[in-house]
Amino acid sequence: MTGTAAHSILAESDPGEPMTTAERALRMAHTRAAGAEVEVTVRHGTEALTRFARSFIHQNVAQETNSISVRLALDGRSAAARLDGRPDDEALARLIDGALEAARVRPLDPDWPGIAPPAEAPDVDHWDEPTALASPDDRARLVGDFVAAGDGLETAGACATAGLSIAFANSAGQRLTGRMTSASLDGICRAPGSDGSGREAGVSLGSIDGRAIGERAAMKARSAMDPTELGPGRYEVLLEPQCVANMLHFLFVYGFNGLVAEEGRSFVRLGETQFDPAITLRDDVTERQTVGVAFDAEGTPKVPLDVIHAGVTSAILHTRRTAAKAGTQSTGHATADAWEPGAVPANIVIEPGDRSPERLIEGVGRGLLVTDFWYTRILDPRTQVVTGLTRNGVWLIEDGRIVRPVSNLRFTQSFSAALAPGAVRGVGSERPLIYGGGDGAALVPALHLAAWNFTGGARG
Amino acid sequence: MYDQATAAVEAALAAGARYADARVMHIRTESMAARNGVVETLDRNERAGVGVRALIGSSWGFFAVPDLGSAASRRAGEQAVIVARASATIPGQPLDLAPQPPASGSWSSECREDPWAVPLAEKSELLEGVTRTIRDHGADIAEASHRVWDTRKWLVSSEGSRVDQHIIECGAAMNATAVGELETQRRSYPGIRGQFGTRGWELVRELDLPGNAARIAEEARALLLAPECPSLDSTDLVLGSEQMALQIHESVGHAVELDRILGWEAAFAGTSWLDLAQMGSLRFGSDLMNISADATLPGALGSFGFDDEGTPAHPVDIVRQGTWVGVLSGRDSAALVGIPSGGAVRADGFDRMPMVRMTNVGLLPGQDSLESMIAATDDGILMDTNRSWSIDDKRLNFQFGCEIGWQIKGGKLGQLLRNPTYTGISPRFWGSMDMLGGPAEWTFWGTPNCGKGQPMQVGHTGHPAVPARFRGIRVGVRG
Repeated sequence: MTGTAAHSILAESDPGEPMTTAERALRMAHTRAAGAEVEVTVRHGTEALTRFARSFIHQNVAQETNSISVRLALDGRSAAARLDGRPDDEALARLIDGALEAARVRPLDPDWPGIAPPAEAPDVDHWDEPTALASPDDRARLVGDFVAAGDGLETAGACATAGLSIAFANSAGQRLTGRMTSASLDGICRAPGSDGSGREAGVSLGSIDGRAIGERAAMKARSAMDPTELGPGRYEVLLEPQCVANMLHFLFVYGFNGLVAEEGRSFVRLGETQFDPAITLRDDVTERQTVGVAFDAEGTPKVPLDVIHAGVTSAILHTRRTAAKAGTQSTGHATADAWEPGAVPANIVIEPGDRSPERLIEGVGRGLLVTDFWYTRILDPRTQVVTGLTRNGVWLIEDGRIVRPVSNLRFTQSFSAALAPGAVRGVGSERPLIYGGGDGAALVPALHLAAWNFTGGARG
Repeated sequence: MYDQATAAVEAALAAGARYADARVMHIRTESMAARNGVVETLDRNERAGVGVRALIGSSWGFFAVPDLGSAASRRAGEQAVIVARASATIPGQPLDLAPQPPASGSWSSECREDPWAVPLAEKSELLEGVTRTIRDHGADIAEASHRVWDTRKWLVSSEGSRVDQHIIECGAAMNATAVGELETQRRSYPGIRGQFGTRGWELVRELDLPGNAARIAEEARALLLAPECPSLDSTDLVLGSEQMALQIHESVGHAVELDRILGWEAAFAGTSWLDLAQMGSLRFGSDLMNISADATLPGALGSFGFDDEGTPAHPVDIVRQGTWVGVLSGRDSAALVGIPSGGAVRADGFDRMPMVRMTNVGLLPGQDSLESMIAATDDGILMDTNRSWSIDDKRLNFQFGCEIGWQIKGGKLGQLLRNPTYTGISPRFWGSMDMLGGPAEWTFWGTPNCGKGQPMQVGHTGHPAVPARFRGIRVGVRG
């Protein structure tokens, strides 16, 4: 990969080491309010995304990122502020003064948990230098490979790269630095009446094979052509990894989240066998294939955490606030987004099974192979009932063989019930990394589930 | 700030762009959230930088820097051209932007009470007070929040446009959750997302959160004991205006985005069931259905003076007496189909490329009222306040849930119903609309969280709406 252009961007705009900026902000805050509890997070780097549709690049963006987030508390009165911009002295002073002003006049927060004590984070470095320096031409080449693999089919998708350095410092003496790169290519090929998808993600752009992903998407699109309607009902399903990652979002936000557990809204019961014994799941930033840094937005180290062990619920995720209320320790799952409700995982890992994709299909009596879920929304958080649709290829399987493509279907299904004891008939051996937006990434296999409630065809 | 934007455009032209524009944006935000009588978060953020768009051949490049210095602006212009040249290695069809006379001028939203001048103590007192009231009246969890966005932006284009705008957006939300043995029930006010507009703090005062706190708590508690919405293949459905705003947003607004129709969002947000060859003749709904996209409505959340390409705000007819007649567009998408720009291109910050976004996509009022609809319904269900929303990637098949429902029997409201949902196919659904609320019920709902694009952008859209009645609708879909 070449990286000359992007490298020059980094060199010219580097405002100094992120930790240097964080320390500067801490000193500035101490000068203004010596007794304040203060935490500072600095993020610096580049992010870029090359988007294509109708087989041409139609949007192509890149940006330098430089943000400083400050959260402080004066005698239990807390406030936060963030600056996306140049961290010169004037801007930093405005940032800190604004947060101090807000903290001084706001009411006491009786649940303020205090700031994180010094603690070491796991030694991870999910970083690939060529990816951090990837140029627009590098991304365009990968897109070109995908488009070519479509072999005449219309294509669409996006290739993204990012390289970020992150520093955390607080007035309790906690100092943590980390860096991360990420890369992904996610696209579809479009045949008449059907789409097929392919995707890869990871730390390194160089490990992504645009042609292979495009060929997979094209194969799916072609084999999904001329779908027939299938009536509503309960079917076995073979869910590909994107679907499984989608399910996990709801299980975590509305289940394993310390906030909803504390408020009595969660289905999760520690120590009980709530899932099939085939499911073992943990949050683990040390996993080689995942992305991210080894600490959360509050400076708590992300120690690997078993969440489900052989079907038994073994942990609830916490931020410092939810942990204090529950009388336990933060598990390192606070996010930078003030509107994110509670504790959210960033590095979910499901233990793989022993079934190849072919063996998974062979295990299905009569059911559906589903590529992707789309527009899933929770109907009832407590029972985990979610509605959504299938997308990018659905096939009917009978007696272990794919017999025909079917049109997209709407489902209304309890996700927790779908994974209940006895409900998981097979776990895939392959385990790709699936990005989940703000939720981070998940290393998840395909799952063969005993029953899924489809409520109608997408065309009514 | 015009100097920085000009420097960026000049640098892009010098590097070979045949067109370039630059937006300097400075956005200040404030958000406060209270839970169960305690303010838990108070955030004040600031974003400042310049984003440059450059055109090489038919290919766009965009680059943004979080820096307002002239050197950084020039660098952004040069880099935008480098990105555009990479785009040009896989080009689309030839493109000339839809003609638009160079724009110049300033525009500010109306703001009667500066939200920054309202003391934080007063704001926190409001949110803590209503969450205490909600708890005192039977809810297990009470949440309330307010948000303020203060956006200044300066646009310069290589065609001579120079536009600056100052937009203040403001609003608030609260909700009550009752936790039962097997499920939870929630009531929100004024809507699931609150209510927001291009207005000052006067909007928050008008909402009268304290006057509604006890009611939503009592309704949430009552819903736990209410019977479930029946499963019916066909019934008459009356929707309140808040749910109508969601219905318009999801099943009309996104469906008429020209970038979706052209396939530019195919891999992510999806496409549209609409075929451009049928624009002007396709029946989208009943004769009562008149939808416009109007960025000039005072105080509505999707209002502005100019879009982010410098096109002056103007109303665009989308559906006229049930016939699909228009789309949401920008200069590039409009040019490809031979229409003028609809002035609907916006970015959510300096670091995002402008794209087609809804403005104020709303339903023009009819002549009925919620009261007359109920009176005219012998056997049906009234639903209001959105709770869940799911729609397919062509914006055709939807299933929406509401927080609350009531049976309608013999022209009167009856039993409270919990977990009401309904489902439909967009043109059939809109085609069944036979009653529409009047001007007195016309509400400019604001949606502050419309996600679209890669990288994701969060758009602010407006949805004027009134209650409406639909015939023969499937309700009560179960899991």
